[in-house]
Amino acid sequence: MDPEIAEITVLPGKDKNGGTEHFERIVIRPGETLSIVGPTGSGKSALINDIELFASNDTVTGRTVLVNGTVPPEEIVRDPAKKPVALITQGTKCLADLAVREFLEMHVRSRKIVRKGIVEETIALANEFTGEKIAADARVASLSGGQTRSLMVADAVTIGNTPIIILDEIENAGIFRDRVIEVLKAYKKALVFVTHDPLVALMCDRRIVMCNGTVVRVIERCGEEDRALEAIRKMDGLLCALRERIRAGESITEAVFAV
Amino acid sequence: MKLVVIAGPPSAGKTAVVRQIVRTFQDSETIAYLKIDVVRAFEDEELRKEFGIPARKIYSGDLCPDHAGIMVMQDAIAWAGCEGAGILVVESAGLCLRCSPYVTRALGIVVISAISGTHAPLKMGPMLSLADVAVVTRIDLVSQAEKEVFREQIREVAPAIDIIETNAVQGTGMRYLMRRIAGMEEIADPETIELRGVPPLGVCTVCVGKKEIGWQHHFGVVRQLEGADWIFRGE
Ligand SMILES: Nc1nc2c(ncn2[C@@H]2O[C@H](COP(=O)(O)OP(=O)(O)OP(=O)(O)O)[C@@H](O)[C@H]2O)c(=O)[nH]1
Ligand SMILES: Nc1ncnc2c1ncn2[C@@H]1O[C@H](COP(=O)(O)OP(=O)(O)OP(=O)(O)O)[C@@H](O)[C@H]1O
Ligand SMILES: [Mg+2]
Ligand SMILES: [Mg+2]
Ligand SMILES: [Zn+2]
Repeated sequence: MDPEIAEITVLPGKDKNGGTEHFERIVIRPGETLSIVGPTGSGKSALINDIELFASNDTVTGRTVLVNGTVPPEEIVRDPAKKPVALITQGTKCLADLAVREFLEMHVRSRKIVRKGIVEETIALANEFTGEKIAADARVASLSGGQTRSLMVADAVTIGNTPIIILDEIENAGIFRDRVIEVLKAYKKALVFVTHDPLVALMCDRRIVMCNGTVVRVIERCGEEDRALEAIRKMDGLLCALRERIRAGESITEAVFAV
Repeated sequence: MKLVVIAGPPSAGKTAVVRQIVRTFQDSETIAYLKIDVVRAFEDEELRKEFGIPARKIYSGDLCPDHAGIMVMQDAIAWAGCEGAGILVVESAGLCLRCSPYVTRALGIVVISAISGTHAPLKMGPMLSLADVAVVTRIDLVSQAEKEVFREQIREVAPAIDIIETNAVQGTGMRYLMRRIAGMEEIADPETIELRGVPPLGVCTVCVGKKEIGWQHHFGVVRQLEGADWIFRGE
């Protein structure tokens, strides 16, 4: 992967009615987090597909996406090993009949990486994102949704060394979203979330609001939402604890919310 | 007229690729479509209904579909010409992994599904190695690692092939295929078109309907279990 990739720029196209979009440009830089929110059908997936494909006025939206301010060379758009973007959706699966270790080794070999220990590092990283521990000798095809997503994010960070990681609606997939955000910031990755989840939306540096196939607002994170974020964190902590107790077979008989 | 020949295993996404081609070019040209299949095919009716394009099919039955394709190609070009077509798209069932349907002066496209396993490209023989373009479908469903490895496996069989990864239903990444088709040369003289590569030779008594098992019962080009590493060594 090219470490020189500093930023991605999205230039406006058209909304669903063919009207020109009203933002000037959206720039995504390493270490930034961005959430994309909006009702069903508002064009969230279309926007990230534009980024993943490096649209050049040739998708339904008519948008153009630049790398470091210019049209990217064809090679980095076409070769998945050179592409600076990894898109992970609920549909993406590991299909190979391989153990986790073998699967990662296959990727390491194909990238011709010689650094020792990268497979172990990837598994350890994946295990920071999920509560259900991933064993090195588990079969990839039999991992749970959350484990699979965690492994793919970790793979994109370490072996793929991809500067930009896009996650399309992974909230229900049993993955620690706040850990993903913290860790990827530390790795200087840009992270884009398509999400309906208030915690993720408020944790991100910027929030892009979509409607009718177009960006209608870009909200920069500012102190004013900090209180709400604090409250959501608490609620989320409470829900996580409850989830664990329910999984463990407990009855929840006390009042859980102090309303 | 331009000639595009598409092959690939069953359900690889060949027709999904055809739909994208029709969507892209239907405003500027008439596109004629021919499906060559063994026993059943529905694409001609579907595409005719969906896009109103001239479309037909032929069943190869007992003949290898790639051989059937070669037999009817001249007629097909003449038919498409009468329909006023600017592009003739031939979709072959591609069941025979020894033969390939590609001809000279045409664009040969092999369609392979990314979920068919990372070794699939190694098993495809001339259907892959003689194609100009490999369209890898269902890229939306596989992990990054598998995408990359799949591409490498294709490169191993066909080092110079143009690889296009796509979600064929949405048409993502298809811009490179369309550019290739847009830049193609027209067929000047159909008489000059030939089958690409050397087709496998070899006829045995199974070909003429003898059903006993064991090479002792047959003659022609036969094989024993021992010492027969390659049933056929082609391109
Ligand atoms: N998710 C996904 N589905 C696809 C893709 N390509 C094709 N499909 C689906 O796979 C199924 C088979 O696709 P077809 O295009 O009919 O395959 P084919 O190769 O023409 O099949 P035959 O001609 O019957 O051998 C259809 O339901 C397609 O919608 C893809 O890239 N992604
Ligand atoms: N600017 C646009 N112009 C034309 N069509 C668009 C535009 N944006 C999105 N679309 C189309 O609208 C449909 C819905 O968009 P999309 O799938 O991106 O919505 P979504 O916000 O991801 O919805 P969900 O929350 O259900 O996943 C898609 O078919 C998409 O191609
Ligand atoms: Mg979506
Ligand atoms: Mg078909
Ligand atoms: Zn054959």
